[in-house]
Amino acid sequence: MKAVLELRGVSKDYPGHRAVDSVSLSLERGGFYSLLGPSGCGKTTTLRMIAGFDEPSEGEVVLNGVAVNGSRPYERDVSTVFQNYALFPHLTALGNVEFGLRERGVADRRERALRALDLVQLTGKQDRRPAQLSGGEKQRVALARSLVLEPQLLLLDEPLAALDPALRKQMRAELKAMQRKTGITFLFVTHDQEEALSMSDRVAVMNRGRVEQFGTPEDVYLRPATRFVAGFLGPVNWFGEAGIRPESTRVSREAPLAAPGLRASVASSLFLGNCFHLHATLEDGRAIVAEVPREANHYREGETVWVHWDPADELRFSDPGQE
Amino acid sequence: MRRWFLLPARVWMALFFAAPMLIVAAYGFLTRGDYGGIEQPWTGESFTRLADPLYLAILWRSVWIALVSTLLCAVLGFPLALFIARAGRYRNLFLQLVMLPFWTSFLVRTYAWLFILRDTGLVNTVLAKLHLIRAPLPLLYNDGAVLTGLVYNYLPFFVLPAYAALERLDPALLEAAADLGARPGATLRRVVLPLAAPGIAAGSVLVFIPCLGAYLTPDLLGGGKSVMLGNLVQNQFTTARDWPFGSAISLVLMLLCGVLLAGMMRTRVAKELA
Repeated sequence: MKAVLELRGVSKDYPGHRAVDSVSLSLERGGFYSLLGPSGCGKTTTLRMIAGFDEPSEGEVVLNGVAVNGSRPYERDVSTVFQNYALFPHLTALGNVEFGLRERGVADRRERALRALDLVQLTGKQDRRPAQLSGGEKQRVALARSLVLEPQLLLLDEPLAALDPALRKQMRAELKAMQRKTGITFLFVTHDQEEALSMSDRVAVMNRGRVEQFGTPEDVYLRPATRFVAGFLGPVNWFGEAGIRPESTRVSREAPLAAPGLRASVASSLFLGNCFHLHATLEDGRAIVAEVPREANHYREGETVWVHWDPADELRFSDPGQE
Repeated sequence: MRRWFLLPARVWMALFFAAPMLIVAAYGFLTRGDYGGIEQPWTGESFTRLADPLYLAILWRSVWIALVSTLLCAVLGFPLALFIARAGRYRNLFLQLVMLPFWTSFLVRTYAWLFILRDTGLVNTVLAKLHLIRAPLPLLYNDGAVLTGLVYNYLPFFVLPAYAALERLDPALLEAAADLGARPGATLRRVVLPLAAPGIAAGSVLVFIPCLGAYLTPDLLGGGKSVMLGNLVQNQFTTARDWPFGSAISLVLMLLCGVLLAGMMRTRVAKELA
């Protein structure tokens, strides 16, 4: 299957620093992809080069097998959902959704725009102005405005960042469902690893302008390529060179029989609803966290316990990378 | 306590705005004195005289010249405002340059145009030196000269509000328009112009109103041949010694501006409510 988007050694230089450093990626049609990384890692710049707002200093952006370097945003069959939505304040919800269809000279644009508003569950709100819509509703208009154009690729620049936490979680499921329903390839930029893991078919983890790993959510979480990826996707306890996720870290009063183990003293235990997080200090002074099932939390603060793990759960890095 | 804050402004407006307005209004309905001034009895004759085709023609000329000046200011000023709004760190410098003419008096600037446009002036001298013309071009004492002077003097009044509106425009909206397939021309027409409309409207009013009542520019650059309402008013109070008629013209001029402003407000308000 031909890739809908290919980045071939794409870099972006700004005076004094390289924002994106030879990024190569290939996205297959119909997938849900994420670009995940901390702020300043180059993920938004990468997105802007795909949309055509910025030009790469090096490398090629290939859409549908055609290099699009130098072509303007309005010449690319790509659409963007902006972080702050960038809705046209002088147009109604319907006017916003019709905007792109009008540029393309589509005849039944009103019907199509109304269908797109139905798809994002804004039926009946077509005559509202952006100022009369809630944050979540604006978000949906922005989505409808892009989806109605049926682009080859939909770029989403941290679209959930401005929403409140409950709505953000709800929108995750909706976005994924919408992607499956429309079959449009989504490239979702976020700094929230939970968002990336929960929605994506594949995640590209970026750090300092480079893609450190590109894999399925399970890959990047369970088999991180670098220490950075391991740490960015979730908490890691470092026992010497062995990295263990809190949920794979076991605690007991008795010394483990075969598994490697260390002694630690319990600092505190935090109740999280579905489990406890036991914070403990190793003899060398390092802090670790272990996830303990609710019914097994019988440890007292100050108590000395054994911390152990299954060597199969150790995170191993194919690429030492940088932490 | 707070109601006292407005007291100085209220006193000022009453003394120097409301009172003179009432005097002008009253004069408009009185009879002219033989040596200027006013006399009894009360009459509406000054207003009926305005219906004379001679005065209607001057009224029409004034409206026409003010309209053309406004249009020219918009055509020149809007791209300039757009350019400044996108000039990044040089914005303030360009804004200062737009306001630079205000550092000298309006009168001096208008006189300067005499030296540029007259037969032995800058333009004609340069063109003659380049052998592009044999006889000097008639650049002065016509409508063209008046329009040049008006556009020159009032351009900043258009540029500043237009700039303010464009400067507020979120650059992400321009990117969004391009992203949705709009070429630069379409983005200008469908996003920039509608969102800058309040600024363009404000700038147009700020240019149109003073142009409608312009007196000095048509007097100096029009050479008395290009008479506008302002010149007519001046004439009535000096040579013609017909104060009631001068007052009547002033009132009509104010009424015109008032109606225009009210209409403007209404459409703006209507737009907001829609």
